[in-house]
Amino acid sequence: MTNEALIASLKTIVKPYVRNEEGFKNMTEHTDFLTDLQINSANLVDVILDIENEFDIEIDNESMEKMLSVKAAMEIITTKLSEK
Amino acid sequence: MTEAGYILNQLPYTPPFLFVDELFNISENGISGYYTFKEDEYFYRGHFKNNPVTPGVILIETMAQIGLVCLGICLSKNEADEWTQPGIVLSSADIEFLSPVYPGEKVTVVSQKKYFRFNKLKCDVEMKNSNEKIVCRGSISGMIINKK
Repeated sequence: MTNEALIASLKTIVKPYVRNEEGFKNMTEHTDFLTDLQINSANLVDVILDIENEFDIEIDNESMEKMLSVKAAMEIITTKLSEK
Repeated sequence: MTEAGYILNQLPYTPPFLFVDELFNISENGISGYYTFKEDEYFYRGHFKNNPVTPGVILIETMAQIGLVCLGICLSKNEADEWTQPGIVLSSADIEFLSPVYPGEKVTVVSQKKYFRFNKLKCDVEMKNSNEKIVCRGSISGMIINKK
């Protein structure tokens, strides 16, 4: 999966939880979920569960704690997909 | 101590803000409980003038205390020895209200776990009155905060 395709599917996943539309419009791999998109930490759990469903992977606690930005999420998804 | 007794004992509330009388059907997938709204609950004095009706926020609180907090205590029981007190904070509630609850009514709350992952507990919760009529229902989520 290309980085563009990965960012596009992450955009669809985070959309319902975003509280900063400006940050969402300009979402890149450097976007931080909490500060740039203002997703609250409880909803970040839903983002991660939606990522698990979308990519059919399982995110462990350690990875979850690192998943604070688009870049970190992309790295974790790519790693988990390669382990399948 | 029974499981229900253990959970009730761990609850961080006290009257006039404790809205759990009894618990039953306790499992790792859900929990149910009763509460009877007393005729002299403090909020009936102001909600409404000469027309006491249980406020929607109190119904949500009752659903959250039984459906989310009691279940959360149950699910985190094994780790509980290390805690001074399990902390559970409400993170969201999406509830629809279908019928009013008057002073003296006994309500039953039934909660089913949707998921408990990464310290977030999300439940589908329903409240019924003594005629088995649904009073309100929806989903409630909270975060379990480990206070050592």
